[in-house]
Amino acid sequence: MTRILTALGLLAGLTLASTPALAAGEARPPRDGHFSFAHIFGTFDRAAAQRGFQVYKEVCAACHSMRLLSFRNLLEIGLSEQQVRAIAASVEVTDGPNEEGQMFQRPGRLSDRFPSPFPNEQAARAANNGAYPPDLSVIIKARHNGANYVYSLLTGYQDPPPGVQLGDGMHYNPYFPGGQIAMASVLNEGQVEFADGTPATVDQMARDVVTFLAWAAEPETEQRRRMGIRVMIFLAVAGVLAYGVKRRVWAELKTKPA
Amino acid sequence: MAIGLHKSEIKNPVLRWVDERLPIFTMLHKEYGTFPTPRNFNYFWNFGALAMINLLIMIATGVFLAMHYTPHTAYAFDSVERIMRDVNYGWLIRYVHMNGASMFFIVVYIHIFRGLYYGSYKAPRELLWMLGVVIFLLMMATAFMGYVLPWGQMSFWGATVITNLFSAFPIIGDDIVTLLWGGFSVDNPTLNRFFSLHYLLPFVIVGVVFLHVAALHVTGSNNPLGIEPKGPQDTIPFHPYYTIKDTVGIVVYLMVFAFLVFFMPNYLGHPDNYIPANPLSTPAHIVPEWYFLPFYAILRAVPDKLGGVVLMFGSILIWFFLPWLDTSKVRSMRFRPIARVALLLWVIAFFVLMYCGSKPAEQPYVLISQIATAYYFAYFLVILPALGKLEKPLPLPESISRAVLGEKALGGGPLPASAAAMPMEKA
Repeated sequence: MTRILTALGLLAGLTLASTPALAAGEARPPRDGHFSFAHIFGTFDRAAAQRGFQVYKEVCAACHSMRLLSFRNLLEIGLSEQQVRAIAASVEVTDGPNEEGQMFQRPGRLSDRFPSPFPNEQAARAANNGAYPPDLSVIIKARHNGANYVYSLLTGYQDPPPGVQLGDGMHYNPYFPGGQIAMASVLNEGQVEFADGTPATVDQMARDVVTFLAWAAEPETEQRRRMGIRVMIFLAVAGVLAYGVKRRVWAELKTKPA
Repeated sequence: MAIGLHKSEIKNPVLRWVDERLPIFTMLHKEYGTFPTPRNFNYFWNFGALAMINLLIMIATGVFLAMHYTPHTAYAFDSVERIMRDVNYGWLIRYVHMNGASMFFIVVYIHIFRGLYYGSYKAPRELLWMLGVVIFLLMMATAFMGYVLPWGQMSFWGATVITNLFSAFPIIGDDIVTLLWGGFSVDNPTLNRFFSLHYLLPFVIVGVVFLHVAALHVTGSNNPLGIEPKGPQDTIPFHPYYTIKDTVGIVVYLMVFAFLVFFMPNYLGHPDNYIPANPLSTPAHIVPEWYFLPFYAILRAVPDKLGGVVLMFGSILIWFFLPWLDTSKVRSMRFRPIARVALLLWVIAFFVLMYCGSKPAEQPYVLISQIATAYYFAYFLVILPALGKLEKPLPLPESISRAVLGEKALGGGPLPASAAAMPMEKA
């Protein structure tokens, strides 16, 4: 029976392992970015996440919303409260209605969501050659192998190989399903100036923004993994105890006839 | 003692007072304390208890999720993300519920395999088996509707594809679909009724599980040898022997469960379901959750829509007839050398279908699905009925105790108190 069980387990494993590989379209498999959070005990590099936020704010946010995030969430990647309050206050937020029934503008607060660049999808499409820049709040968990995929996509723009006819306003990127993407290559060397002096290479900016996006998609990751380790240790001890008790209770049956 | 009171043997005066008026403690003692259970269960017999625990986990986490979830097309996706981000330990509750569904199917598939391998569906346990099939069908409906609730792309398109299947039925098909949708497309009314039913069905499952367990406690459990206990020497009381053995299984199960929840919570899901539902944009490949893939592959193996639907539902409904399709008197596959191989091939066909279901509907996957589907049905309709007549089973052991203890079974000697105290029941 043990042999059968092992065989079944193996079969199940093989089947399940192959399942997530589907629906990739004809795209090049992403490059491995070796991110600090990738392995199962990994954590987010706070400095990278903060730089990544800067890249998002100065580059991506021109087209992409992150409507599920609030400014207060930025405290979790190690920005100080003063810094986050200043970031929030730099944004004008429509509030109201006030006592006269009028909507009014006020500086953003910690509790406000990130502002979206466009009022609605139609406006976004109209401004982007018909394409809709997706919201980036959960983009990393909304794509297969999300972190490596976005990293590869951002750094993977190239000239189309001979024979590929690009559509109007499209760009060639082998990591994008189908190879043609409406988004232009947006990261250029030295595009942002990092406060910590890190050179803003394309690779560096892509890594940093992916770290930020990965944190944004699953901000609970570190807490989840820490708790997971404690739970597994608890269960391992409970398992040893339970098995010991089981052996003890069953011992009399094994040796004596019933 | 007043007339009409139950003669209770409970010592504690408070419990005794209750027990005399409503003998639940006597019942618990009888059904879970001294209940005579074959002494030779292997760890496959853990999976019924595991399924029970899993059902309770799903209900407990589901009740808390429902407190924070909003069943409206405009808010559902965001309310789920709010649970993930802002509700205290909301991510934990949701990931337990989400992976709990996968764990439930893993556990139940193994439980069903156990039944198939050791012939637990055969007389006198036909009704017990059929109630189990009812539970499985209810589970599928519940899981399907639950997957729609986060209102992601796969939620929406999965719901569209699966509900559309009903339109294949002649005459009433379109009306059924309209009824399921609550309109003329998958939309807010669909989400509302799915949420309502997703909350209702688990309690229906609890009811059928009660009947399943009640039927089990009438016929008694099957065992790896597939022969009935012949006397007290063949059985042991459920407690402490199987309560502790189930405890070992539960801890191992929780370790697998916890590993999924804490370290790879989205592994078994589809990333597209983190894209909000968009009726105007169809995903490249619409795939159901992994536990539906074998049936999805059967559906797509048939070129005709109605034929595919009939075969897909038939692939589970056929389980209802299994007790009569398997004509062999021998229960356990341990003693059926040919049927054993046939069943293991059937399991492989099941996994092959699961694999093909995850692939696009194109060659060679369609052809492979067709071959596997043919074998899936042939096992029930041809192989099992024929093998009952053709196969020569291996000799069955004299008794359970003889098989477990060998010569010692006849050696006499002092009995363990717990086993000896156990009352013999009709096995």
